[in-house]
Amino acid sequence: MCFLVSLYRENFCNFNFQNVKNQFSCDQIVLSNFLLHMESYCLAGNGEELLDKFLVAVEMTWRGVELPIVHEKSSFFFFSGLLQTNDKVALKEITRQLQLENVIGDKVFGSFAENLAFLLEALRKGDRTSSCPVLFILDEFDLFVHHKNQTLLYNLFDISQSAQTPVTVIGLTCRQDILELLEKRVKSRFSHRQIYLMNSFDFKQYIRIFKEQLSLPAEFPDESFAQRWNNNVQRLPEDKTVQDTLQNLFHYTKDLRSLHLLLMLAVSNVTVHHPLITASDLQEASRQHRMDSRANIVHGLSVLEICLIIAMKHLNDVYEGEPFNFQMVYNEFQKFIQRKAHSMYNFEKPVVMKAFEHLLQLELVKPIERPSVRAQREYLLMNLLLDNNQIMDALQAYPNCPTDVKQWAASSLSWL
Amino acid sequence: MNTRQQNKITYSWYGKPMSSDRKLRTSQYKGILITSERSRTETCIQLGNFILVEGENADQPFVAQLLDLYEDGAQQKHAVVQWFSHITEIPQNKRKLLKREISPQEVFFDQVPGYDTDIAVETIIKSIMVIPLRLGEELPVMLNKEQTFYVKQSWDGKCFKALSPDTFSKLKEARKKEGGIPNSSNSLIPSDIISPLKKETENVVRSTTKPKNVELEIESKHSASKSSLAKERHSQRVANDVKTPTARKKLQLNSPIRSPKGRLLGSEVLELLDDLCDAVAPLEPSATKRRVKFTGILGSPPKIPCANEKSKSVLDTAEDWQRFKDTIQLSPHSKVSDSNEKAKNLNVKDDTISLIGYQKRCSQSPVLSPCSRRICVQKTNTRIAEQVSILNALELNQEEDFLSSSDSSYSSSSEEEKDDVLCTPEKKTKSSRTLSTPKSSRKSSVHTPAKTPKKTPLPGTPKTPRNATPEIPRRNHAAQKPASILEEARLRLHVSAIPESLPCREEEFQDIYNFVESKLIDGTGGCMYISGVPGTGKTATVHEVISCLQQAAENDELPSFQFVEINGMKLTDPHQAYVQILELLTGQKVTATHAAVLLAKLFNTPGPKRKTTVLVVDELDLLWTRKQNVMYNLFDWPTQKHSKLIILAIANTMDLPERIMMNRVASRLGLTRMSFQPYTYKQLQQIISSRLNGMKAFEEDAIQLVSRKVAALSGDARRCLDICRRATEICEFASQKRTPEIVRMAHITEAIDEMFSSPYINAIRNASLHEQIFLKAILAEFRRAGVEEATVQQVYHQHIALCRIEGMQSPTISEIMAICSRLGACRLLLVESSNKYLHMQVRLNISQDDVMYALKDE
Repeated sequence: MCFLVSLYRENFCNFNFQNVKNQFSCDQIVLSNFLLHMESYCLAGNGEELLDKFLVAVEMTWRGVELPIVHEKSSFFFFSGLLQTNDKVALKEITRQLQLENVIGDKVFGSFAENLAFLLEALRKGDRTSSCPVLFILDEFDLFVHHKNQTLLYNLFDISQSAQTPVTVIGLTCRQDILELLEKRVKSRFSHRQIYLMNSFDFKQYIRIFKEQLSLPAEFPDESFAQRWNNNVQRLPEDKTVQDTLQNLFHYTKDLRSLHLLLMLAVSNVTVHHPLITASDLQEASRQHRMDSRANIVHGLSVLEICLIIAMKHLNDVYEGEPFNFQMVYNEFQKFIQRKAHSMYNFEKPVVMKAFEHLLQLELVKPIERPSVRAQREYLLMNLLLDNNQIMDALQAYPNCPTDVKQWAASSLSWL
Repeated sequence: MNTRQQNKITYSWYGKPMSSDRKLRTSQYKGILITSERSRTETCIQLGNFILVEGENADQPFVAQLLDLYEDGAQQKHAVVQWFSHITEIPQNKRKLLKREISPQEVFFDQVPGYDTDIAVETIIKSIMVIPLRLGEELPVMLNKEQTFYVKQSWDGKCFKALSPDTFSKLKEARKKEGGIPNSSNSLIPSDIISPLKKETENVVRSTTKPKNVELEIESKHSASKSSLAKERHSQRVANDVKTPTARKKLQLNSPIRSPKGRLLGSEVLELLDDLCDAVAPLEPSATKRRVKFTGILGSPPKIPCANEKSKSVLDTAEDWQRFKDTIQLSPHSKVSDSNEKAKNLNVKDDTISLIGYQKRCSQSPVLSPCSRRICVQKTNTRIAEQVSILNALELNQEEDFLSSSDSSYSSSSEEEKDDVLCTPEKKTKSSRTLSTPKSSRKSSVHTPAKTPKKTPLPGTPKTPRNATPEIPRRNHAAQKPASILEEARLRLHVSAIPESLPCREEEFQDIYNFVESKLIDGTGGCMYISGVPGTGKTATVHEVISCLQQAAENDELPSFQFVEINGMKLTDPHQAYVQILELLTGQKVTATHAAVLLAKLFNTPGPKRKTTVLVVDELDLLWTRKQNVMYNLFDWPTQKHSKLIILAIANTMDLPERIMMNRVASRLGLTRMSFQPYTYKQLQQIISSRLNGMKAFEEDAIQLVSRKVAALSGDARRCLDICRRATEICEFASQKRTPEIVRMAHITEAIDEMFSSPYINAIRNASLHEQIFLKAILAEFRRAGVEEATVQQVYHQHIALCRIEGMQSPTISEIMAICSRLGACRLLLVESSNKYLHMQVRLNISQDDVMYALKDE
């Protein structure tokens, strides 16, 4: 079954490319232009979720265009804003990847200033007709923008706009406002080619994608199984529950990654005894997928901790979201214990404090300011990081919850 | 250079003023004393001596002849010089005019009119030797490679000429004259010893290389003139003169000793001679004793452990000394007729000659003070050391070469001597004063516009550990030619495609051109500040101006200049500007602080032979530092008297000087400002048309549309060209199957929409349902609270309410958080860091109306 899972993983990747490709067929012309005539461009790929796919696509296009020059692999460079956190590192990486002559092995020599001068010199020396075109792909482009003076971007764009080595810079970012981040002279040098990748498909297409994703390829070794599996997959979306599950997910996000995640969860349930994926599998996967993490934590709390949370909830209700401290919570809890509750044992204060600290560690409550040495822990101001709905939902699912606690949770006045 | 800086060197006049001009308040002197405090040496340089002058680059001092020395009213010591150009100072493209190999020892008599011949005395390093030679003549084997130069031709900025007989004789005269000055100052400055030297013809020196019959007549004619060769050496010795007992060690360092063997020899000989000198009675120079002295030296070489070359040197020196002894015996007054024995090796002969010269001068000085004796000793000492070094050098050369070359030099030297014979009588009548006066008139012509050799800025290869030359890998396949008219148009519209001319910037071009031109002609410095929004052609115009000026300089219409460009954006740190400027100017690579010092020195001291520098500083605002010292220095240099620096500073903002600069910086920048207005639509139209150059790729209306759109927006020419290029792509894409067409209005509109339409609306429309609901919930929450900010918790409640209205399953908090961060990532929302979870504040990044509009259509 591992094989199946890994196959899916592969399949997903391939699919991404196929799907994205038609989205920017128009932009292929841009790239092929680059390949054919060695013009310098800069484009910022803008989009939300498909960035990595765009990258794959660019690479595919790059390799796929049937031209001999594209096989000069040295001209394709990839940088990520998360790795190249400043210009110094980025320059080193560029000179390293370009295999310039100040590079021995994996090491780059020279100071930052020297490297910059060296790179500029190298790029200036080239010209349109003789130099190998260079494609820079800057992933997390928005992080490059925050480099000091945007020196790297300025220089790359400036080279791309001058008769030097043909350079294309492709920035990938999910920020729509990337242009506003560029400094004016950098912006002026940017070619203003922007490609926005949107998930503009509707639900029907989404179902189709779902089917394509789940189908086994023709080259699957066990043909009869593949046929059974594929027939099953074709029939699945007709099921109402499957449709609802998918619809929910689709409403929630159009991101294909979450669809993959859902399918991976579902496919993981497939075993030898349970060879075909069913609607319930999907439903279960969806449940897991949509699970509220914080509410789940509440399920594992002790009754005392639950009581404290309820006390905080009431405080929140009374003081309209104002922060509270332990003493207030303890007083609220004491009120409940003394007046109403008979099922609860009256814990001592240190014990309650211990429970409170456990909640703190779980980050269900969060101090407003950092705990200092001087401030007493009892009077540190806190916020509850749970919503009323979450608390109520969690209480519903909480096993063996005392009834009076439930009543107290429903209304702080119920004991009156 | 460095040791010179650390060393305190004082320059003082030698002797009393020869003449003074009351009106100009100048007084002229005949010599200068250079006293180095550390090495405790004193050097006297007199008029007519050849000197080394500090250049821009410490490694390359200039060669010059001292013509005049004077002190002006401000107590500044000045010198007027005649320049000699080294081969490296001659532009690369002119070097091939020479059609021969140039030895590094060769210099050219400089007749380039643009150079300033008036230098500060402080820039003089030391005296050297320049020997005029005939054109065909081979360079003699040099005894002292670093301090001897040869001049064969003159260089006037355009072509090389053989030295005119007049110049030639003047040069020779200069050397003779140097020795000929009666040393009246001896009594004034006893420490400095210039022994009055007996005159001696150079022909005598030369005569050894010549057949006897010529010698005899020359000998008779020029018995009185002194060997210039020897004289040169003398002055050089004076430069290395040692006054104090501690100087012995110094001497060893200073004397051009190449091998440890030589040094050993030198010190040995020195000791030996010191002893001998003591033995010699100061007032009784006897020939016999001197002979003893030299035989003493003769005896020393065998002590040296030597290779086979060494043994030869021993042999040679032995021969020399033998011959020398003969000379002394036969003609105590330097009639060196007997030195004509033909030696087998030219090298040996030359050495002999110079040695003879030396010894004669020493022997003929009537009074030998102890110090002068020491000079003699020292001279002999260095002489021997030199011989050793020459023999080392000889190893490199093949003996055959020497033999053949010596043949050619025979004939040429004989010619030379004939010239000399003719010239010397008249020259002798001239005083040193008359010699320098006609040349000092050139001082006034310093700034006349004339072509000076243009220094081709060497492509500065950044120094990396391996001295690598940066290069991008070559492509394996040729770039394809544009296939269609649209592709052709696209190529031409690319920003990098350099147009033949820059339309619409004629006025600015003219202004900048006139500014730089006038400064160039005046030979002064100045600043100009050029501002304008991006894409208005500032840098392009400046580059155009520079290339025009360079063209003019090449055609000799303007004095040539050096062009240096730095870009604030291409520097990692403002202080790196110094490094870049210095590297582009001189090719040196030093640290930023050192570069600043060197540059300040370069621009603040009267630079001899310096051409005007045109410095373009692009993106000036990035050179801003807290103390603003980079900008201060940049703008301070042009105000210096001798800087000859023209700065064109380019930046975006018009009021940059007022906004970010301190008063003292802004004041130095001056008020020469120019601002580039954004292009108007007509200008943009013209730019596109001129680039397309009559190609029918665009409709007229389409061009007008794009020009108007861009002019209304920014007036950025880059943007305009980008839109046009995008339009050609759209057009190409649209007409892929059909026949190719030209770019129409529709394509332009599409391109503009693509480039400038806000992506937000589209992004909202393509968002998932819950994301849209979340935006609606935000709007609702804003409306409820009346504040344009809300926490996720508040929005969540609104969201759930909206979901209930729509009858949808409400999402969990986790899902809401994911939605929120997704919208935040693409900047539809502005969100705080997510560790606040429910309490994180959310704001809209676009106007509420836009969100409403985007959501309404659904």
